[in-house]
Amino acid sequence: MLLRHTPTEITKRKALTINPAKTCQPIGAMYASLGIHGCLPHSHGSQGCCAYHRSTLTRHYKEPISAGTSSFTEGASVFGGQANMLQAINNIFTVYNPEVIAIHTTCLSETIGDDLPQIKKKAEREGKIPEGKHVISASTPSYAGSHVTGFSSMVKSMAMMAEPTGRKNGKVNIIPGWVEPADMEELKRLTSLIGVKTILFPDTSGVLNGPLSGEYKMFPEGGTTVAELKSTGDSRGTLALGEWCSADAARWLDTKHKVPCSVLDMPFGLKATDRFIDALRTIAGVNIPEEIMHERGQLVDMISDMHQYLYGKKVALVGDPDQLIAMTEFLVSMDMCPIHVVTGTPGKKFEKRIRELTRDMGCEVNVKAKGDMFLLHQWIKNKPVDLIIGNTYCKYIARDEDLPYVRWGFPILDRQGHQYFPTVGYKGGLRLLEKILGVLLDRKDRDDPEEKFELVL
Amino acid sequence: MATTTKKKLVQWEPADIKTELLEKYPPKVARKRAKQIMINEALQKETPSLTANVRTIPGIITMRGCTYAGCKGVIMGPTRDIVNITHGPIGCGFYSWLTRRNQTEAGPDGENYMPYCFSTDMQEQDIIFGGEKKLAAAIQEAYDLYHPKSIAVFATCPVGLIGDDIHTVTANMKEKLGDCNVYAFSCEGYKGVSQSAGHHIANNQVFRHIVGENDTEKPGKYKINLLGEYNIGGDGFEIDRIFKKCGITCISTFSGNSTYDQFASAHTADLNAVMCHRSINYVADMMETRYGIPWIKVNFIGARSTARSLRKIAEYFGEQELIDQVEEVITEEMPEVEAALAVITPRTEGKTAMMFVGGSRAHHYQDLFAELGMKTISAGYEFAHQDDYEGRQVLPNIKLDADSRNIEEIEVEPDETRFKPRKSDKEMKALEKAGYRFKEYDGLAPDMDKGTLIIDDLNQYEAEKLVELMKPDIFCAGIKEKYSIQKLGVPMKQLHSYDSGGPYAGFQGAINFYREIDRLVNSRVWGYMKAPWQENPQLSASYNWE
Repeated sequence: MLLRHTPTEITKRKALTINPAKTCQPIGAMYASLGIHGCLPHSHGSQGCCAYHRSTLTRHYKEPISAGTSSFTEGASVFGGQANMLQAINNIFTVYNPEVIAIHTTCLSETIGDDLPQIKKKAEREGKIPEGKHVISASTPSYAGSHVTGFSSMVKSMAMMAEPTGRKNGKVNIIPGWVEPADMEELKRLTSLIGVKTILFPDTSGVLNGPLSGEYKMFPEGGTTVAELKSTGDSRGTLALGEWCSADAARWLDTKHKVPCSVLDMPFGLKATDRFIDALRTIAGVNIPEEIMHERGQLVDMISDMHQYLYGKKVALVGDPDQLIAMTEFLVSMDMCPIHVVTGTPGKKFEKRIRELTRDMGCEVNVKAKGDMFLLHQWIKNKPVDLIIGNTYCKYIARDEDLPYVRWGFPILDRQGHQYFPTVGYKGGLRLLEKILGVLLDRKDRDDPEEKFELVL
Repeated sequence: MATTTKKKLVQWEPADIKTELLEKYPPKVARKRAKQIMINEALQKETPSLTANVRTIPGIITMRGCTYAGCKGVIMGPTRDIVNITHGPIGCGFYSWLTRRNQTEAGPDGENYMPYCFSTDMQEQDIIFGGEKKLAAAIQEAYDLYHPKSIAVFATCPVGLIGDDIHTVTANMKEKLGDCNVYAFSCEGYKGVSQSAGHHIANNQVFRHIVGENDTEKPGKYKINLLGEYNIGGDGFEIDRIFKKCGITCISTFSGNSTYDQFASAHTADLNAVMCHRSINYVADMMETRYGIPWIKVNFIGARSTARSLRKIAEYFGEQELIDQVEEVITEEMPEVEAALAVITPRTEGKTAMMFVGGSRAHHYQDLFAELGMKTISAGYEFAHQDDYEGRQVLPNIKLDADSRNIEEIEVEPDETRFKPRKSDKEMKALEKAGYRFKEYDGLAPDMDKGTLIIDDLNQYEAEKLVELMKPDIFCAGIKEKYSIQKLGVPMKQLHSYDSGGPYAGFQGAINFYREIDRLVNSRVWGYMKAPWQENPQLSASYNWE
């Protein structure tokens, strides 16, 4: 047994987190920054933060992740990191020449109280930011919230680049939340099918799913451009996908620049996608194209074709709030039973939402925000499940408890595909369903006695 | 910034390459980097000097990590039965959770906490009001759950800044719990200039709190400790296999596949064999002073180096039985190695490699590449010191700067009861007279050819430039560097975590490595970079139907 020291009996822990279901803010900010075209993320802290975030994102995407660090030493930690930051800005523009430097803080620079907007002003005064180049920043203290919070804060900083001209651009801002590059590509496909002109931000498609061609581009073609970000203040409205990841930015644009917003769930699974598509249809004032109807019908078809293998299956879920809410709804919509749901990210609304979604499911649900995977594992030991869905760390639980397992979430360090194949939208729903059915039926084929082993399923 | 490897075919002089590397930098940066780039003269003990172990320039995309990573991740991470609690916000614990490929063999019921991540997950109120109470509670909760023999606490950046006294908390908890050794590491990420400071801090605390705790004599002959071997990809397993076959007893490994008790008993060994000089020489020195255990430098990377290191260990003990057994093992193991080389070398001979890792591997792995007939044209360390480049004879001349001075040096005295010279003065002198060298490491520079480039703390920009200009057949570094190099169409091998492979140490490991390098440099995939229509972009004829 890999997790051999995890007891079935659950004791209350107040101080010790074991096997976290979250990580820290800066990595979320770094991921979001990579969705700006020509952007170099910069970590204002000691070197390790940046090295860890780059390593984790690299392992997840199998793509180069460039980011700078202020390389704090003990001296900088005592006297403040301003000198390091100014030097970094100068070096970055001289050596790497990005369009944008997106700086995020760390627990180190937050604890000593470095003021990034003030440092940026000083850099401007000293002429360290070349004409036409940009420096944006987000405060991302690792001791509050989670990686999701950091993502959200950087997305908000992107929204703050808005410079309304007073002339509407006829576009809709779409804030996709922390989804994969493939998902962002799929969202763009869906919106263009419906005929809605959009500004999608952040947009990591074309950045973190690049080709191998013998050429290395530190700043690939993809990403939301600065011009687009400036234009978000002229948009007709904003669709924010996910309360945790995207709502802050959307509400800021609403309050500051009167760009109205709706916060929707992330479009994973049938119902959440329905709501997303319906919102787009209403905004555009068009009928839904046949192609999308066809895709929706295919998803409904597969659910109905394979319902017997899904019905009543108990599922353990771990991940981030926005994703888990949509996934829980998807599973319930197929008559499956997500009975253990854990996120490490704080947020009281999360538990409430999951309880609402599972109210009529007919079995009791364990749900926890600010939980950890140790607790999830204990719940599973006490009340077994048929399937576990979560990031790569779930493989230890899955192996010990001999559970069918679908990798979904962040980080996925041991399988590929998430950067290429979307799980949002109807097509994404089909892919999720294919994966879920794949592991459930592989298990059935493995465990059925010979006399019950079947050719046709 | 876009680069391709296709541009150059002219022969570059090393001095030109150095100039190219520096050209784009602001003048201050260029001056600093110039001191960290050396054109090797390959002169024993007289090599030109190179600046190392100095601050990385902010904003220059570095390969380096932090002190916490060096302490918790590298040195303490591979020990399976210590509960390692990260005291800090969640990130540091999360990122160092199972990501280093240290393998461990706990058996079916042995204690093994390596698949777990323990953290105090400090919140804002802990930063404001202090985290000591939470830390004490976390230690108690870990103890109540597992009753481990030992709990270690690792400080992250904010802990030092807010002034949590983790050493008092752990000392109190040790006393309170009674049967659990609890201690702490002040390995805040901002200390030092790289992971290296973390190694030193880990060495100090392991020596202070664990080594010497268990005096029970272990059975077996020819007792050694293997220091600085972390069992990445199972390297330690292969070395252990060879030791067993030779009849050498490994009391402890620092720290691959290790246990608390191995550290506690380390002082009962009769020789310290040091693999990674950079990360562990401190503990070797301290054990020599306190317990009288001499140390030698070994290298089990490369089949021939493995044979040399085994002979060196046998020569130290000086007993014919061991000398014969070692020869027998080498004779038994080498034919398979030679057979693999005979098949693979024709495909690798004359190819070139670059490696920028660690504080030892950029040196050790040159032996394996040499066995494959491949030349290392440029190399350097990520976090080494000047002695790792130029040899330990430069040690007295290294000036301590502010960053190094902040890292504690423990004053060690001989242990009153347990100091025991392993060899008499006469025996030591005789060995030395016969050319045997204790406490010596000559560094990387003397082993590299004249005109090769030795570069300390290489960064992303320089890596790309080097590959573009010198076009190596393979580039070795870490995960962060992997894909930017491969995008250029050059295979990249991780020498920190080995990607997915290993073991590469010892005899079997060498064979694995030959095959891996053959796979990488001769893979068909590097030929697919261009589509057929890109080779002939002009349509010159209409399609020819069958």
